[in-house]
Formats: sequence, structure tokens, C-alpha cells
Amino acid sequence: MASTSAVTGADQIFILLRDWLVHLLPSALRPAASVVLGAIAIVAVFPGLFALTTVFERKGLGRMQNRLGPNRVGPYGFFQPIADGIKALTKEDVVPFRADAMVHFLAPLVLLVTVFMGFAVLPVGRNMQLVDMDSGLLFFFAMGAATELSVFMAGWSSRNKYSMLGAMRAVAQMISYEVALLLSSVTVVMIAGSLSLTEIVDAQNQYTGIFPHWYIFTPWGLASFLMFSIAATAETNRSPFDLPEGESEIVAGYHTEYSGFKFAIFFVAEYLAMFALSGMGATLFLGGWSAPLKFLGFIPSWIWFFLKVMCAIFIFIWMRGTLPRLRQDQLMNFAWKFALPFTLLNLLVTALWRFMGAGWLRWVVCAAILAGAYVFMGRMGMHRKHIGPRSYRYAE
Amino acid sequence: MLGEGIIKGMLETAKNFAGSFVSEDRLTTVEYPEQRIPTAENARVFPFLVYDGSDWEAGMRCVACQICEKECPPKCIYIEKSKDKKPDFAGKMQIYPTRFDIDISVCMSCQICVEVCPFEAIKMDTQFELATDDRFGGLLLDRRELSKSNEYYHSIHPTEAAEVDARLAEEKRAAEAKAKAAAVAAAQKAAADAAAKAAAPKIETPAPKPPDAGGQ
Repeated sequence: MASTSAVTGADQIFILLRDWLVHLLPSALRPAASVVLGAIAIVAVFPGLFALTTVFERKGLGRMQNRLGPNRVGPYGFFQPIADGIKALTKEDVVPFRADAMVHFLAPLVLLVTVFMGFAVLPVGRNMQLVDMDSGLLFFFAMGAATELSVFMAGWSSRNKYSMLGAMRAVAQMISYEVALLLSSVTVVMIAGSLSLTEIVDAQNQYTGIFPHWYIFTPWGLASFLMFSIAATAETNRSPFDLPEGESEIVAGYHTEYSGFKFAIFFVAEYLAMFALSGMGATLFLGGWSAPLKFLGFIPSWIWFFLKVMCAIFIFIWMRGTLPRLRQDQLMNFAWKFALPFTLLNLLVTALWRFMGAGWLRWVVCAAILAGAYVFMGRMGMHRKHIGPRSYRYAE
Repeated sequence: MLGEGIIKGMLETAKNFAGSFVSEDRLTTVEYPEQRIPTAENARVFPFLVYDGSDWEAGMRCVACQICEKECPPKCIYIEKSKDKKPDFAGKMQIYPTRFDIDISVCMSCQICVEVCPFEAIKMDTQFELATDDRFGGLLLDRRELSKSNEYYHSIHPTEAAEVDARLAEEKRAAEAKAKAAAVAAAQKAAADAAAKAAAPKIETPAPKPPDAGGQ
């Protein structure tokens, strides 16, 4: 919470508002009320952002394909999510006859709850964190891992082969990429020396001249950030890693048998997971809520945080508009043959960085090792066995 | 190098994204209810009945021959013939349909009725906005709803309509020539008869054979 730049009123407006509201209550209720208000803010803001993102995504994808995108409902089509929400609510809620109705009902709820839990430790601005946990990073990834359970619940309880296949793909993919996700985050813990997200942001919220000390501006940080982004894309089942719902082969994957609002909950949860991981990426590598240049510190911290999240979301959308879906074997090869060795190497490089001390030498050494490994492993990975024309020994 | 292709692809979509805001030519979308592209000249949707002149009932070309009704594969045409007659475009007396219904919920737009019609009376329309909330009455078009003027036909299928008009004019001219020839022959015959009656008995002069009217 200690920071060098001046803390303005606009920066702390939500904290001041919360304190003012809480002080209207008797003192015994204040701690609980404070937490409830924070939770309400999270539950209100991020789904709102989701609604906005769906429009931006559809319009952005349209523009990438030289189309206009939705522009009918409201000005420039911005009320489209309201129409979509009404549609989802009024649709029939179909539960397959042979489905395990209880688990089928619980799966989307479990998913939504675990996804929301991740936001509890995310610092969305200076002092704006619901729970300042000492092991916030650990809690965040524990909650992220719990989403796999709900995905498998959905696939299993539907009693549908496509749901089952989708769920199996999803679990295989999420577990494989969770390794890379965690290992690339561990580098930050090694340097910051803490699992507390507040301390990780504070460690980056320093400036040399006008330039910030963000971890992305170091060789190991850049490599970690790239691996983190790829793993996060796979974790959230976004294109090009959207095999779990690959509609061209398995209908809609684990949410094939979900309709109406239950499907909408899956949809919301997917986007919320995107926000959570984008926020986590920003916190770990892009300095969280800190300003990108020192003299821009007067702009409220929460604006910076949401700007960084939205930039990440734009890149998610951009990738979705560009890249085709991978094959299952390509996905697994990339996870285990490229991502895992590279992140492990990156751990060693980070340790090297930590112990080489300040100076230009560690920049050169670390950058050279990582770039060399990237090129070498890329060559290895892209090397294909050459299969020439078939030759016959006897039937010539 | 690894990732080169991804960057190339991302640049391509970025170019599209930025370009779609700058150049309107990139956007292929036609915003339908407000913007429309004219239908192709030989577009066809459902049949309509052509009439000449300004009065749809008097100018209707259909003579209720029922060929289209019989040829229609899904049997969506229903015709009732009139008891009386009215003059057609060439002035010849013809019967006409007192009822001509097409059920466009059954019609499959095959254009066979148009091809078999000897009187150029039924043609394909390009009107496609026929949605209605009454799926029985609203999709059963009667002869009033089916009647469209020859000018309208010209506006939707100009080339085809010009050919049809030329053909009809030729037919009309031939019919008039035939009538004139018949009149001349009749006059000659009358004159010859009178002359024969006046003059000495019985030398038969055969009347000149009128030119073949051609036609259908």
C-alpha cells in the first residue's frame, strides 16, 4: 500500500465510497458489510464488462472479416447483450432424460462460483482488493484449477458422447497448460519474493526516470509473459485452443446439452475467466494498476488496471479472428514439448538473473539463453519427418 | 522461426480491422431493409398475371385456357372459366378467368407455367417480401393480387418484356392483315357474285387464298 506517487481522491473514490457506506452501519457489522460491498462490486462490474466485451468481440471480429458486426439493437448495436440476455432467459431449459440432473444443474454454478472466487484476491486498483491474502497467487490458481471439476461435471452428467469428449479434451488441455501457467508465474514469485499480489505490484510500481520496473521489460519476464499468455489462452479455452467446444467436430463440447440460462452461465464464466487471467497477467508482468510512465500517475489506478485488461481482451479477440483451431496432438505437443521445457529453462534463467546481481551482463546472458532456446526449440518442433514418394521393392 | 506465421496472420487481420474503418469498399455488407441491391434481371420468385392498358380486368391477357393449371407440378394454380367473352389484345373475343388463384405456399417457382403459356399472360415476378402473419389466406393470391401491368413487367424484366411485346405486335399485325385480307376477299367475292349474277351464267372465279396468319 505504500507507494511513491501521490494518492488522489479520484484514485480512492471507490474506497472512500465504501467506507462512507459502511460507517452508516453499527460498528459490529462494519467488517462484514465492507466485504459484502466489495463482493457486490465484483459481481456487478465484471459481468457488466462481459456484456460490453461480447459486443466488442462481435464487432471486432466482424471488422477483421470486413463485416459490420451487430448494429441493430440500440445505438451502434450496444444493447445487443440485453437482447441476448432476454433471449437466454426466455429459452426452454432442456435437461436430457438420462442426464444426472443434480450434477447437470450444479456444474454451471460451480464454474461461476470458482471463477468469481479468483477475483477476490485480484488488486484492481490501489488498495482495491477484496482480500489481501499473503498467498493470493496460490489462492487464485487453486480456484482456477477448480474450474476443471465443473467442466468435467458438465460433460459427465449430460450423458452425451460429445459432451463427454469435450470434457475430456478440456480437462486434458487445462491440466497440461496449467503446468506452463504456474511455472511461468513462479518466476515472478522468485524475483518479488512474495506470493502476495499486493507486494508483487508494489515491487513493479517503481520508476527509473519515467520508465516503470515492470517485469515484462526483463528477458525472463518477457519469456514468462509470452508463456503465460499462451497458457492463459488455453486455460480459458479460447481460440486457437478452443478444442473443448470445437463445434466442427463435437457440436459444442461439454456444454452441448446446456440451453437457455445455464448455457449463458457457461458463456459468462468463460469470459470472466478471461478477465481474471488477463488481470492476473497484468498484475504479474504489467505492473498491475501502476501507470506505464511516471508522469501518468495522476490517472486513477483502477483505470490503468482495466485498460490493461481490455488490451489483453482485445488481443484475445484478435487471435480468435486470426488463428485456426489446433489439432489435439498439436495442442499436446506444444504443451509438453515446447511450453514445459521452455518454462523450466526460464526458471533457471530467472534464478541466474536473481543471483548475477545488477549490471548489463545479466541482461545479455539471460536474453541470449532464452532467445537461443526459443530458436532451437522452435526449429526442433517445426522439424518434420520428410516422407518421400513411396518405393516398392517387389512390384516394380 | 517459430511464431512467424502467427505474426503474419495477425498483421493481415489487423490490416482488415483498420481498413474496414477507413475504406467503405472493404465492407461487403448490404444493410438490407434500408439498403437494397437491385435484383438480377432474370431473377424469379412467384408468377403474376400481365394485363395491358390501365384496367386490369379488361386488359388481362389470360384466356383461361388452363394449360398452366394442368402443367403446374405442385398444382398450385386454380382457374375458373367465364361464361361470357371479352376482346383480347388483338380484338378477338376470348373467354377469361373469373377466378385465378395461386397458392404461393405451394408454388415452387419452377416457371413451367410461364413456359407453357401461349398468350404471354403469366410471367415471373421479382417481389420477394411476401411474409404474412396469415399463412392460409395471406399466401393464397387471387387474380386481383396477381394482376400486374405490362409497364411493371417492363420495369422488372426489360429485355424479356421487349421481346414479348415485339412478338405480340407481330401477331396483332398478322391478325389484322388476315382480317383485312379476309375483308378484301369477301368484298371481291361479293363483287364477283354480284357481277356473276348480273352477267351470263356460271363462270366460277376462285377467291385468292388469304395469307397464312401464322401464329401459334
